[in-house]
Amino acid sequence: MLELAIKGGKKYYGWMTLLVIVIGIGFLTYLKQLDFGLGITGMSRDVSWGFYIANFTFLVGVAAGGVMVVLPYYLHDYKAFGKVTILGEFLAISAVIMCITFILVDLGQPMRVFNVFLYPSPRSVLFYDTIVLQGYLLLNLVIGWNVLEAERNGVHYQRWLKPLIYLSIPWAISIHTVTAYLYSGLPGRGFWLTAILAPRFLASAFASGPALLVLLCLIIRRVSSFDPGREQIQSLAKIVAYAICVNVFFFLCEVFVAFYSQIPGHMDHIKYLFFGLHGHAAYVPWMWASISLMVIGIILTVVPFTRKNEGVLAVACVVIFLGTWIDKGLGMIAGGFTPNPLHEVNEYIPTVPEITIALGVWAMGFLILTALFKIAVSVKEEIRD
Amino acid sequence: MNNKTLIITGLVIFLIIVLFPFWYMRGKAAPMPELVLTPKAKAAQKCVRATEYMKAEHMHLLDVWRESVVREGKRIYVNPQGKDFNMSLSNTFLDCHSNAAEFCDRCHNYASVRPYCWSCHIENPKEKT
Amino acid sequence: MDSSRRRILQLLGVSALALTTKPVFNAFAEEEAAEAEAVIKTGPKSLKAKQWAMVIDTRKFESEADLEPLAEACHKIHNVPHMQNKRHEIKWIWGTHYHNAFPDKEAKFLAQEVEDRPYLVLCNHCENPPCCRACPTQATFKRESDGIVMMDFHRCIGCRFCMAACPFGARSFNYRDPRPFIPEINNEFPTRMKGVVEKCNFCAERLAVGQLPACVEVSKGALTFGDLYDPQSEVRELIRTNYTIRRKQELGTEPSVYYIV
Repeated sequence: MLELAIKGGKKYYGWMTLLVIVIGIGFLTYLKQLDFGLGITGMSRDVSWGFYIANFTFLVGVAAGGVMVVLPYYLHDYKAFGKVTILGEFLAISAVIMCITFILVDLGQPMRVFNVFLYPSPRSVLFYDTIVLQGYLLLNLVIGWNVLEAERNGVHYQRWLKPLIYLSIPWAISIHTVTAYLYSGLPGRGFWLTAILAPRFLASAFASGPALLVLLCLIIRRVSSFDPGREQIQSLAKIVAYAICVNVFFFLCEVFVAFYSQIPGHMDHIKYLFFGLHGHAAYVPWMWASISLMVIGIILTVVPFTRKNEGVLAVACVVIFLGTWIDKGLGMIAGGFTPNPLHEVNEYIPTVPEITIALGVWAMGFLILTALFKIAVSVKEEIRD
Repeated sequence: MNNKTLIITGLVIFLIIVLFPFWYMRGKAAPMPELVLTPKAKAAQKCVRATEYMKAEHMHLLDVWRESVVREGKRIYVNPQGKDFNMSLSNTFLDCHSNAAEFCDRCHNYASVRPYCWSCHIENPKEKT
Repeated sequence: MDSSRRRILQLLGVSALALTTKPVFNAFAEEEAAEAEAVIKTGPKSLKAKQWAMVIDTRKFESEADLEPLAEACHKIHNVPHMQNKRHEIKWIWGTHYHNAFPDKEAKFLAQEVEDRPYLVLCNHCENPPCCRACPTQATFKRESDGIVMMDFHRCIGCRFCMAACPFGARSFNYRDPRPFIPEINNEFPTRMKGVVEKCNFCAERLAVGQLPACVEVSKGALTFGDLYDPQSEVRELIRTNYTIRRKQELGTEPSVYYIV
């Protein structure tokens, strides 16, 4: 089936070439980072995780969001999603690969990463995160590939895949819960030390993942003769609508707890993000933009009139994707580290090399995504003819 | 017929490239490295362990030393002959073999081994910076 | 599966082979290592404790300048670099204000003298350290022999999870090669390389040869160091006879650095 990924038109090859160029520039910048050290990024003694980990956290959500097409189809017999489960699974694969790559580019000593396996540390959440991410990648690869191949050959997929498919559903929940536990178990970081962090991550995941999937479906309909289906896109949009409402609601819960209790330790991080603290206010416009984008997204996806218009829906999905990216990405990371444990503010701004490397990783993810989707869509086109 | 020529040409080029080290260096084998012992090392006569053991296992020994010093807080190594040593790369190994360039590096360069110990450990503890 | 008994027997055979291979290899290997064993032990002057702790008498310091020699002593013998870029700053021990050292003790009105004093902060070598829980390779770990929270620079992968986990901001990361920024290298202690986390180690290398930590030695009696679990130790005596506070006590990390205010 891999040969389907190298048979494409000019636009396909043009897009892939562009991605390869971005990957190349990112890779060369990464070599500079390997040589100089992580000092080429904007990270500091106080904000020791930055753009890379922000993107990692966001993408774990996108990967988990793929479960939102698998669950209704396999658990609740929602036949309509049968057409698009493969798209969810393939999106999960490329998202998880991006996650793992973001972790690797963030490490100070990446050549020692094998130490995590040589010296297992069952009390470390990172240990479990490694396991669940690799497991999820493996699950989706095996499931996606075999189901698609069976579809191509006109037969039912092998029976042993069924338990794996059922396993992938709670596993998807677990990857994002474990990632949230990285943050929510740290006693020194008040912004993250909240039980609602894992639920908030999941809500945001189920908004951003399906939102991206909607956009991809609309693109697929445009560039190929496979139509994921209007009903499918609308169902995904409804999932996005509910999820983004829950995400914003959870955020408002956090705001209530912090500001009604008036505990300075709880308020300070939100104040820093939305109003600035000690004269530092670089994140303020971004955070308000994020909230506005998410609220606009809520309106556009909840109101049937706007949701049913696929053009407007596309805008809504872009807006929700961006809003959740800011909120769960840098907003969450920088907010957690600022002010620091000694109540000092040292602001974090990503540098150009840092953003270049991150773009390279995104490009690599989109390269894999495009190739996988090309295979899936080609198979769908094949069996239809 | 075409294929046969291509294949044989390819094979010949491949063999030339793969056997490059042999035909390029014919008759000129790289000599065994000559190690220079410092006066202190010569006077000590016996190393931490037997010379043959050290040649084969000095990296393993350093790993054992590191685990013990860092993780267990024990710093004295008593070798099978009963002699005490402080478990330190820069302060014991390099105390006797302070001429790293003429001792350690000679074999390492010959075997193309590039240990990055010196990124952290002091390579020339006897020199004043 | 038609011949299920055959399958079971095959499985048993393969398992037996798999389980016995290593012991057999080991038996053969042991013949080689039959010579006398080397022994590893602590030095004769090595100081021992169940849990090293420090008591800082903040009343003995008047201004930040009083704390500078302590930080200098530590940073000098441990090859801690003076980075030019504040973002890449590395510090093991430093002085700060009351409100930064004890942000959990917010106070609009405070005893003037307590507020004016400088406060020395460093790694607290907690008894229940969240940083050690966080480390995915146990590159940072709590040493069983003496309770010091150590760094194994060889194992550290530079993930900086421990930095996120530390509630006290005690840890620094080498964002670039520190060597060019070390004013005067101490040949008896290694430097670090880029990409690893570092922090105060309670001068483990000095304790091993019977010396007190450098900051304690130059503190002119302001810092006391000893075994928290030895009821006769000086630190216990000070804690018994003075009111002491620790940083962020409510988090339950059980810091081993006590402050007499």
